Amino acid sequence: MEIIVTYGPWFIGLALLAGLYMTWGVGANDLANAMGTSVGAGALSVKQAIVIAAVFEFAGAVLAGGSVTSTIRKGIIDPSGLEANPEYLVYGMLAALLSAGFWLMIASSKGWPVSTTHSIIGALVGFGIVGIGVSSVQWGQIGSIVASWIISPLVGGTLAFGLMHSIRALILNKEDPFEAARKWGPYYIFLVGFIIALVTITKGLKHLDITISSFNALLLSIGVGVLTALVGGTMLRRAKRDLEAEKDFRFASVEKVFAPMMIFTACAMAFAHGSNDVANGIGPLAAIVSIVGSGGEILQESALPIWVLLVGGLGIVIGLVTMGYRVMLTVGEKITELTPTRGFCAELAAASTVVLASGTGLPVSTTHILVGAVMGVGLSRGVGALDLKMIGRIVTSWIITLPVAGLVAAILFFVFRAIFG
Amino acid sequence: MKTTNPLSRLFGPNPFSLLKSHMRVVIACASKMSGLFEAVMANDSAVVERIQKEIFALEAEADAIKKDVRKHLPRTILLPVNRSDLIDLLNMQDKIANTTQDIAGLVVERHMDVPAGIRADLMPFVDDCLRVCHQAATIIEELDELLETGFSGPEAKSVSDMIDQLNLMEDTSDESGMAILRALFKYEDELNPVSVMFWYRLIEWIGDTADHAEAVGERLLLMIDNR
Repeated sequence: MEIIVTYGPWFIGLALLAGLYMTWGVGANDLANAMGTSVGAGALSVKQAIVIAAVFEFAGAVLAGGSVTSTIRKGIIDPSGLEANPEYLVYGMLAALLSAGFWLMIASSKGWPVSTTHSIIGALVGFGIVGIGVSSVQWGQIGSIVASWIISPLVGGTLAFGLMHSIRALILNKEDPFEAARKWGPYYIFLVGFIIALVTITKGLKHLDITISSFNALLLSIGVGVLTALVGGTMLRRAKRDLEAEKDFRFASVEKVFAPMMIFTACAMAFAHGSNDVANGIGPLAAIVSIVGSGGEILQESALPIWVLLVGGLGIVIGLVTMGYRVMLTVGEKITELTPTRGFCAELAAASTVVLASGTGLPVSTTHILVGAVMGVGLSRGVGALDLKMIGRIVTSWIITLPVAGLVAAILFFVFRAIFG
Repeated sequence: MKTTNPLSRLFGPNPFSLLKSHMRVVIACASKMSGLFEAVMANDSAVVERIQKEIFALEAEADAIKKDVRKHLPRTILLPVNRSDLIDLLNMQDKIANTTQDIAGLVVERHMDVPAGIRADLMPFVDDCLRVCHQAATIIEELDELLETGFSGPEAKSVSDMIDQLNLMEDTSDESGMAILRALFKYEDELNPVSVMFWYRLIEWIGDTADHAEAVGERLLLMIDNR
């Protein structure tokens, strides 16, 4: 107990730095990957993408991020064996944050497609085994998280596959695809608003102690959907048929209708990302703040302080502004193959999958799900060529990430214990 | 911190755009045949040689694109069509340019004087064969649209109609080919036997360009049907 009281400000300061570093990495890589699609499709400029990302990322973290943050804080390891030494939990959470951040730095310098989610989970498990004991790790929960890492990209892929086919049936294969796009576009925009709102309201808001009946939730979601569709509808009506471009590519005008639709999926992606990935950085930070704040109590139920969320949001925006914009530009340049119709399907599918995972408290990887969704578009015969070696690289990167992040976290835990006692 | 970019590394170069650029070079190459045979008819060896050089250069350019496409098609790539159908299509396109090159080579190396008896039939035959090649090139321009619609629906239907037209055009070129062969047969006793042999070969090769163009359509139809 005395250690917590003596070094409390130190712990919080260190956790703050480590948390900022993690969220900075998340903003620089993960979020930028997610937003780059819309930038590449020409729907958004990089500046607009940064503004949208900042607003919706934060909204996602606040409105729908509670479940995942709580999973990271107390769902992975059971700290009940540490009542006598609450400082161990502080060391462990710090070690996990630093280890995940350290591993991300190494992996991204090598260009490995490593996920922040996998790093932090691996690190937490590593600390749990060494610092508390094998039985403190909630293996059942870990099992479902690992399963979700396999299932979520498949779900994203299936949704994208279905969406692509529906766009073909309703729009591209029609006599006048441009008119069909203007007619059905608002319905697709409705879907974006409706799905995100529905999952957020039914699953996310309970962490803010707001309860809404299922019926009202449905009504409210439909309302949000209609509102987005109305806003989107006015934007779509401004799209003009481009006969000159149609000579070269018959679907040029249809793509012009879909370009503004990708603004909505970009918002959804940022929201979804905020609801899931911000937790990687602020979950451990929140745990440390609550232990120090209570003078060493580890089992109390405390709400997530809003300033912790703000730190997470800040880190992500700094990451985007300092490095993420470059990632967005490269992603945008390199994936011109992802035209607005294809990008729309991939992003809507990915955002829906991520938000659904967030609602159930499962920490997943947004980037991997987006890769899965793009594969789904590819399997519907919609993309020129996709490199399947990417799947292998992703699988390898997680098989390596879990033990490495865990091992480093375990070592750091002992280092902290040696320093602070 | 450097960046990981799994998304941008996911996309390979679009093979259909490459097929289109290849076909554009191939059709530029084959189209030279028209000027080539006009110069042969006019006995203008300077022009014949100039056009021969142009044809050889275009054929080399097509070859380079072909190699580039094949380099970008490793087995680990997910394509919307059968990989071997795609490579077959590319090879068929390339054969049009190769055959044009053979034709140009022959008329230059072995000063081919046009016998009086087939003068009237030669240009119509060449034009008919080129019409088939142009139709094949027009069809290949539709590849982006086919990809957008996943090789299905009205777009696939309209391409398969264009392929039907292609086959009809090839039938017409066959008829012109028979006409010129009949003319040559009628006069062959009056001509140098070696020249006759080479003319038979040349006529066969000119006809081959149309055959290869028709095969391009057949391969594309396979891609559309193989769903």
